[in-house]
This record gives sequence, structure tokens and C-alpha cells, in this order.
Amino acid sequence: MATKIFKHIQTSVVPLPIENIDTDQIIPARFLKATTREGFGNNLFRDWRFDNDGNPKQDFVLNNPIYSGKILVAGKNFGCGSSREHAAWALADYGFDAVVSSFFADIFKGNALNNGLLPVQVSDDFLKKLFEVIDADPHAVIEIDLVDQFIKIVATGEQESFEVNPYKKACMTNGYDDIDYILSKKELVEEFEAAK
Amino acid sequence: MGQTLFDKIWDAHVVSSNEGFPDILYIDTHFIHEVTSPQAFDGLRNRGLPVFRPQQTVATADHNVPTWDQHLPIKEELSRYQVDMLTKNCAEFGIELYGLGHPFQGIVHVIGPELGITRPGGTYVCGDSHTSTHGAFGAIAFGIGTSQVEQVMATQCLLQSRPKRMKIEVNGKLQNGVGAKDIILYIISQISAAGGTGYAVEYAGDTIRALSMEGRMTICNMSIEMGARCGLIAPDETTINYVKGREFAPKGEEWDKAVAYWQTLYSDEDAEFDSVLSFKAEDIEPMITYGTNPGMGIGVTQHVPETASFEAKEQGSYKKALDYMGLHDDEQLLGKPIDYVFIGSCTNSRIEDLRQVAEFVKGKHKADNVTVWVVPGSKQVQEQAIREGLDKIFDAAGFPLREPGCSACLGMNEDKIPAGKYCVSTSNRNFEGRQGPNSRTFLASPLTAAASAITGKVTDIRDFLKDEELVG
Ligand code: SF4
Repeated sequence: MATKIFKHIQTSVVPLPIENIDTDQIIPARFLKATTREGFGNNLFRDWRFDNDGNPKQDFVLNNPIYSGKILVAGKNFGCGSSREHAAWALADYGFDAVVSSFFADIFKGNALNNGLLPVQVSDDFLKKLFEVIDADPHAVIEIDLVDQFIKIVATGEQESFEVNPYKKACMTNGYDDIDYILSKKELVEEFEAAK
Repeated sequence: MGQTLFDKIWDAHVVSSNEGFPDILYIDTHFIHEVTSPQAFDGLRNRGLPVFRPQQTVATADHNVPTWDQHLPIKEELSRYQVDMLTKNCAEFGIELYGLGHPFQGIVHVIGPELGITRPGGTYVCGDSHTSTHGAFGAIAFGIGTSQVEQVMATQCLLQSRPKRMKIEVNGKLQNGVGAKDIILYIISQISAAGGTGYAVEYAGDTIRALSMEGRMTICNMSIEMGARCGLIAPDETTINYVKGREFAPKGEEWDKAVAYWQTLYSDEDAEFDSVLSFKAEDIEPMITYGTNPGMGIGVTQHVPETASFEAKEQGSYKKALDYMGLHDDEQLLGKPIDYVFIGSCTNSRIEDLRQVAEFVKGKHKADNVTVWVVPGSKQVQEQAIREGLDKIFDAAGFPLREPGCSACLGMNEDKIPAGKYCVSTSNRNFEGRQGPNSRTFLASPLTAAASAITGKVTDIRDFLKDEELVG
């Protein structure tokens, strides 16, 4: 299915300055039984976000109306623990387009890229700076450019470049998935068949 | 520098290769079955796409089918539904289906080779991990997930990064009664169920060369049980003679051309592997597994390892496996009473397996405490067995010959091993619940399984063979 095109975003952000956020926190195991990919956003960070009676916990950042935006900025080693792809689905379904951290667990990173959610890995220093800027101004705007691979604090102009797998970049910037990608090379496939 | 066999075949199938991108690999034949295809067909419908090369797609029904009274409607509702869906989908998308009742029906990894569809130098995929079987012909063959099944249906290609290459050599003369199944169970017990992770494994050495195609398929079949992406064996006279004259094998001039190409398919002398392992055939005993993954195997005369011999962090899961199996530290499996014997699955259900078992059980009879199922891998195997009179030998021995399917290899159809019961099985997985909820599996060779059926307990086939010259 063609996914959405991701080239560039500029938005306010949601800060979550906690390290080692594991996928069980992102989406608890008891929510994995569903058979479709939709709806997981409702249970994103479920146990941090709601108490046992399902009431929002006021001190959690997603329940704080000051913070909003399509980028989640999180502490080091984001997405560790169980390999569940649901974690990426939940973040994307909630409305995030990108997660920024100074380190991502490998499997989470792959799952995120396969689901149109861009993991942006920055230096520890840059992450620290981001948290400081957001602390000073909850409405601070961040720009992420996938085409030129940089992230920028708009107010100060400070920026850093980031790495991304070239294939996944091509998929996201073109709104391709694997099938779309191969079909875009259909001529090559047919040439290959003719030469056999 | 020289190339490995794997690289020669891979390179010949790369449609497009770009730095940082996975390769687009062309797939010669896509095998499909009823379990992993329905969501993929749905995906195509949602995208409004046809199957790109329906004539390079081969379908059969195997996982869910009953192996008794196949002419009657399937009793289990979900099984029947999946098989019906496959029929409907194949008709809609123009795919040839070897369904129930068709003379070519059978386990997907048995029919590909026996119909001459699987050939040296080809690329084969299927939504089933034991697709590695087809590598025995000197081909690249591996299992894929459902979203990849959809990908291959839509494009006849697969996005893949090239795995690392490993060579496993086995040299020397096998003991009497030791065969291909023992070789592969031995290798996995030595390198563990994860020892091949990330690799394409080429099996080589004079012991492997001396194996029949059936034996080579048994070896490659279980590559996945050491975590390998695929397994393969360079084609030779044995391979070419096996393929020759089969239903879909090339004929006439095409054949000569094909053979000329196949003869170039070997790893060059100076080809480099990322890892090389060697084993001695003489070290291999008849093997049996005692635990809940295929790496937990021992020679049939050995004792179950002690929990204390494992690292502290592994002891918990080891203990759990032994508890599940109802075994204890240092127990000897030899002589342990069993309840079932299953001879079948894509690992060991070919005509050669059945011939070997029939030759051994001729004039013998199973023990009273054991139920035996012999399940041919395909309709063609079943018919060949009947032509050769093997069914009569089996009947007389209390080993009824059933109809083709995956059967008790996985608890998905009617053939399930009851909870708590022990089954000596020629299949490939001994996971918890694999043969039915709480079933207990001892993986072994067809000869070990047959001998155990005769005595009613785990048996060393060599005790029977002291006077007979029967080579496993
Ligand atoms: S026989 Fe067993 S392993 Fe082989 S294809 Fe069937 S279910 Fe899979």
C-alpha cells in the first residue's frame, strides 16, 4: 500500500526526557491481540498516560495541553525490549511522524522505518540542547528534513545531520513500500526476464 | 578471486543492485499453500494487482489436509475454509493448483523436486520455513513471511540483502544405520539452534557427496533449524540423474543446455566463506532429540545433559524444557517407552525413506503400546509405494500407510499427538505443542523411528543391524 510521503516536517514537539523507554511502556503486551494495525494510538504509553481506572494522569506529557506536535523527543535507547512492531504502529497511529533520540534499539528502528515513522538519531549534546530549548519554550519549533538529512532548532538555527538507510529514505520520500518500489522497476524485471 | 556457489546463483538472479539498497532478486518459482497465502491474495485485491507471473507460481494444499479418507469433505472447519480459499484464489488469479485428489498433490517441498520444478541454479521461495529443502539441488531456496508472499505474487521478485556464507563439511564413512537425518541432527546439536543465523550454508565433503538426493533434501530441509537463511549442495551426477525425465524437467536441446550450465555451479577452489566448519562422519551416532528445540539432540546411547552443565542464565529455560518433556538430568533415552511413531513430513517422507523403512520392518511387527503413522509426502510417493508393494509390508507390520500431507509434523490438521504422549518423529521440529497441545517429540531418523516402533521404546538401530548390512 502506498504509504504517506515524508520529506520534510516543521512542528512543535512532545518531550519525553526518559532513558531506556521499552516497547512494553510504549504499548503494553495486553493490547497486542488486535488483528489490524489501526487503533493502537489509543493505548500508546497506556500505563503512563492513564491510571487503573482509565483516567488520564495529569502529570504525563501527552495529557499536558501545552505540548503537541508530530515529533516525539525522547531519552537515550528508545524502543528497547520486545521486538513488537505494534510499538511503531502505536506511535504512528497516535500521530507522530518522527521520534528523536540519541540512540534507538535496532529492531525498533527497523520497525519504525517500515511503518512510515522516522527515527532521527542525534548526538547526546544535541539531544540535551533540544530538551533545554523545549523547557524554555514549550512551543519551540523543530524542523526535520529527510531529503537533506538534517534536524534544526528553528529559533536558533542550530542543526545537526543524521543517518538514514538509503533504501528506507527512498521509500519514505516517495511514499513507497517494498511492492511499490519493485513495481517502479518493473521494466528492469521484464528486461531481466527477456535476457534469461 | 573465486566465487561461492551461493554467489554464482545469487548474481545470476539480481535484477537490480544499488549501494545501500537491498537487491531485487528474481524468483524462478513461487510455491504457495493454503496457510500463508490468503492474506497475501487479499493484499493484491486491495491494491488491484494481478499475480505478476501466475505460470511461475505453483500451489498445493498440504498443511491442513486430513491423511485418511481424503475423498471426503475436510471435517475441521478452519482447515476446510483455508483449503477452499486456496481453490478460490487460485481460480481467480490463474494459478495451477495441485489440490486434494490431484495426482501431483503433496507437501510443497516434496512435490517441487519430484515434479522437476526444483532445479540446479534456480531461486525458490515459499511462505514456509522449510523451503530450504530445495537447496539440495544447488539452488537458492528460503522461506518468507506473508507480506513477502504478497511481494513475490505482485512482482516475481523479492527484496533481499545478501546473507553471509558458511561452509559445513562432513567427511568420512558413516556408521551402519546412520543416515542424512542423523548428520543434520548432529550438526545442529553441535552448533545449536542459532548457530547458522545470518548465513547461507553450503554443505560439502565426501560424506555429503555420497548422499542420494533424498538424503541431501533431508539435510537442507533442516538448515532453518540452525537459524540459517538457506542451505545448498552443489549439483553433480546424482542431482542431474534425479532431475532427468521428471514431469517439468527441461527436455531435448533445452536439457543439454541446462546441464551444461549446471556443471558450472560449484564453489571455486579459492572462494571465500565467512565461516567454515568441519565434522567427521565417524563421530556421528544415530541421533535423537530430548528437548524442545532441534539443537537439543544427543547420540541415542548418550544421557540427557545435567542442568548444572549449563550457564546459570540458561538453566531456567533448560529445566523448563526437561519438565515439558517429562525427563530428568542424566536420564538415558534408550529404552524409554514411547506411544507414537510418526514417519513423514517434508524432512523424511520421500519414496527412499519409505523403502528404507519397509525393508527394515519386513517380517517384523510393531509393539502393542505404539501407534504408528506412515504418511507419504505426496500422492506420487503414495502411489509409487503401492506399486512396489510397500503398503502390504507396512500393513503386515502394523504401520498403516496414510494419504499425503503434513500430518503430525504440526498440530494443525486431524493428526495430533495427544497431551503427554511421547512420539518418535521423523519431522523437523520438537517445539512445545508442535505435534499437538502438550505432545512430546523425540526427533530421529526413519530407521530409528521404525526400530522404536518395533520395540515400543527408544531404540538403537545398530542393535538390529549387527548381522544385517543395511546402511541408513
Ligand atoms: S511437513 Fe511440516 S515442516 Fe514440512 S511443510 Fe509441512 S508443516 Fe512445514
